[in-house]
Amino acid sequence: MTQKQPDSSVPAGPGSGGPEGGALSHQRSGEPLWRTPRPLRALLVGGVGAAALAALVFTAATGFADPFVALAFCLVIAGGELARITLPGHRESAPIALAGAIAYAFLPSLGGEPVQHTVWQVTAVVALGVALGELPHVAVGRSPRLEDVARRVLTALLLAAAFRPLVESLSLTGPSVVVALLMTALVAVAWVLDVAVSAVLRAERLRTRLRVAMRDETLAQVATGGAIASSGVLIALACTVTGLVGLLVFTAPLLVSQVAFRRHSEVRRTYLETVRALSRVTEVGGYVENGHSRRVSQLSHGIACELGLAEAELLELEYAALMHDIGQLSLREPIAGGATVLASPREQRRIAELGSAIIRETGVLDNVAEMVRRQCEPLAGDGDEGVPPLGSRIIKVANAFDDLVGENGDAERRAAVVERLRMDTASEYDPRVVDALASVLAR
Amino acid sequence: MRALPWGARVYVGIIVVSAVAIVLIGPYTGIDLGTLVLIAVLFVVAESISTHVVVDVKEAGISPSSAVALAAVVLVGPVGAAVVGFSSCLAVRRQGPVKRAFNGAQFALAAYTAGHVYLLLGGTVGVPGQSDFPGIVLPYVAAVLTHTLLNSVLIGVLMWCLDVTRPTGPGPVRWRPLIVLEVASVGYQMLGLAIAAIWGAVGIIAPLLVLIPLFIARWVFGQQTAEARAHEATLATLCQAVETKDYYTRGHCMRVAEGSAMIAAELGMPAERVQKIRYAGMLHDIGKLGVPTKVLQKNGKLTDDEYAAIKLHPTRGYEIVREISFLDEALAGIRHHHERLDGRGYPMGLLGMEIPESARIISVADVFDCLTSTRSYRRAWSVEAAIAELRRCAGSQFDPRMVEALVRAVSREGWQTPDIAEPPGGRYCATEDPEPDGPSAPVPAPSDPERTVPVAESTSAGAVTGGQDR
Repeated sequence: MTQKQPDSSVPAGPGSGGPEGGALSHQRSGEPLWRTPRPLRALLVGGVGAAALAALVFTAATGFADPFVALAFCLVIAGGELARITLPGHRESAPIALAGAIAYAFLPSLGGEPVQHTVWQVTAVVALGVALGELPHVAVGRSPRLEDVARRVLTALLLAAAFRPLVESLSLTGPSVVVALLMTALVAVAWVLDVAVSAVLRAERLRTRLRVAMRDETLAQVATGGAIASSGVLIALACTVTGLVGLLVFTAPLLVSQVAFRRHSEVRRTYLETVRALSRVTEVGGYVENGHSRRVSQLSHGIACELGLAEAELLELEYAALMHDIGQLSLREPIAGGATVLASPREQRRIAELGSAIIRETGVLDNVAEMVRRQCEPLAGDGDEGVPPLGSRIIKVANAFDDLVGENGDAERRAAVVERLRMDTASEYDPRVVDALASVLAR
Repeated sequence: MRALPWGARVYVGIIVVSAVAIVLIGPYTGIDLGTLVLIAVLFVVAESISTHVVVDVKEAGISPSSAVALAAVVLVGPVGAAVVGFSSCLAVRRQGPVKRAFNGAQFALAAYTAGHVYLLLGGTVGVPGQSDFPGIVLPYVAAVLTHTLLNSVLIGVLMWCLDVTRPTGPGPVRWRPLIVLEVASVGYQMLGLAIAAIWGAVGIIAPLLVLIPLFIARWVFGQQTAEARAHEATLATLCQAVETKDYYTRGHCMRVAEGSAMIAAELGMPAERVQKIRYAGMLHDIGKLGVPTKVLQKNGKLTDDEYAAIKLHPTRGYEIVREISFLDEALAGIRHHHERLDGRGYPMGLLGMEIPESARIISVADVFDCLTSTRSYRRAWSVEAAIAELRRCAGSQFDPRMVEALVRAVSREGWQTPDIAEPPGGRYCATEDPEPDGPSAPVPAPSDPERTVPVAESTSAGAVTGGQDR
């Protein structure tokens, strides 16, 4: 969901684990691959890369069966990879490439003629197609997320490994109900495995809980996964009747779906960019310190990941954190220094309420408005409304921390501030949130 | 469906009767009854789902279920397809009987005609075999096009009878979105061929495989529409929040957004670009936030320092929003909306066509709204007076093309002037020298435009912008 980042891999220090949707500084690590902080990702990429290379060498040595079919699928996969899209939450996806790969793994025959490609050949063709399609991207500096590319190749490899032997042993030639059901079952299993792999990677990247990551990935991939899987099966089945024409004709509808996915994620990204940009009006207006909203939002994101918030809640929290000071716009003149933590409680509450009123005006961000409204309440809450939402408690801690530390506090100052916040955990700050803050800072 | 106009009744009657006639006459020889019933049931289910899944999407033209109707063309021929199309009146949805009957009938007619076009171009009825490909693709595509076209025509005529779509006047017809929509729906309907191709082997599984991605795409489209609306609402609210600093500029950003969009549309720009310019118009003054409130609301003459602070606001605004990547060229519109054609504007003093197009648009809309709304130092001008003023300054301050586009658009669509009559406290025109303008320009205090026009030759609009909208 961000601008094209060359590599979104390694969080570069405290607080930069960055909002998921965020255009936050993911820095390329200067370290060699074997000292990566994300060993699972390295394992996946390395393993799939090695398998693909082995498959290529092996297939090149033994020769391609049905070379024209292989070439056609390779080109479709390359085209799909070229047209890859980025879905909300940094997820790179190439629906057409993956559907083509699934179809090639499944293809029992082509226009009546049996085809005899092996698992190795499927892997080689898919890897080649993916590499071809990524070349132009790499050339213009938009390197893919390697783990996502690896996942696509892995899916094709698993499906081929499960299905190709069956083609020979059961001598499947044409489309039939049994074949269709078998393909559907296999592709469903592959989807679950793929979601699990991506959840593991997500948990590793964001340092969030695996269970939460699993749920997030399932929700995020149910739509794309369904579209890709059914198209893949459909192309495989249709090509048995229609020959290679089917490959071209039946990728067209998926192209339409892909356009829908892309436009959706563009709107999401624009929305986030807009809120992020406009949250800076308070800074330009001199109401708060430079970069304050963004730092609070990054810190809140780190804390929330640590506490295991789901993706949708993370997004709302990010909006709320970015806009938490927007109420200051209604003040005639800025608070000195902009640090709300130093203002009187009454003043703080007024700012929170004014901001919440502005946000509520949009009619679509009610949860966000609620978080902003209750951001300065003490732990037990005000009046009889009970404990404020977790988002409010997180923003309260992150905001206080940033106000007290300022733009470039050193490690000593950070530690001192955390200690100060910890002293107030009895009444003001949520102890769990402060603990999470401490462990985010410790990274 | 109360009180249908007479013409519409006759039209609906004709359509329904002819569809019923087709369905009754047949012939039904050579049609597999099991297949026919199965497809019809499938079509009804698809229609019902699509009305439930897709609540309000503008792209009403894309209906996943029409892929099924076209599969019927291949599998059971024109008459069978007509039966399938007619069955859509059984779909589960909230609809009056007349509307239902018309819907079914128009689907039936479209499918019947498409079926004959298909046969005419050499397509064969029945489950296509391996030998039919790729020859079958061409007649199928022709059938798809016929079906889509006839569908739109039949509905269009009804709308015309009902007088729903009055001709939108001389506004440029926007072909691009229409074409995109048509291409997309043709893409969807290619799937009808896929259903037909594997129908023989896997039967009912075929349409399931086909319809799943279609419904997913529809659902995503719906999500995207909702999110786009949320985005717009948020943007508008935040802009208005920024405006609360000054009572008189309330609603200014929204009106400038409208005005800029009107000009851009009038110039025939593609819808996407119009939208960008609209957003840029909305955000054009966001940098004012960096100007201290007391300077903005000052009623006396501005010092040089204060004027310099005001001159910074376009750049400040640009800095705030430049990360909103989709605005791209419209960003320049925010940065340069105070430039003048004669090079005497700010912040960079660009000359003539060096000023980006979007900036020239926003500048006209901006000044127009300033003139037609009330300020603390003067009453609002009438629309006619404001137009006369814009025309006078066209060439020196404004691009005449933009001014004329605005005039045309306003004369057609009208202009919503703000309804601020008297501010709280009745403050306006209280100060005798109302216009704190730039260092040099003398200021007309025009509640009566006739008086102003002769006053300052080149500077009056400069005074106007410099002052009202600093």
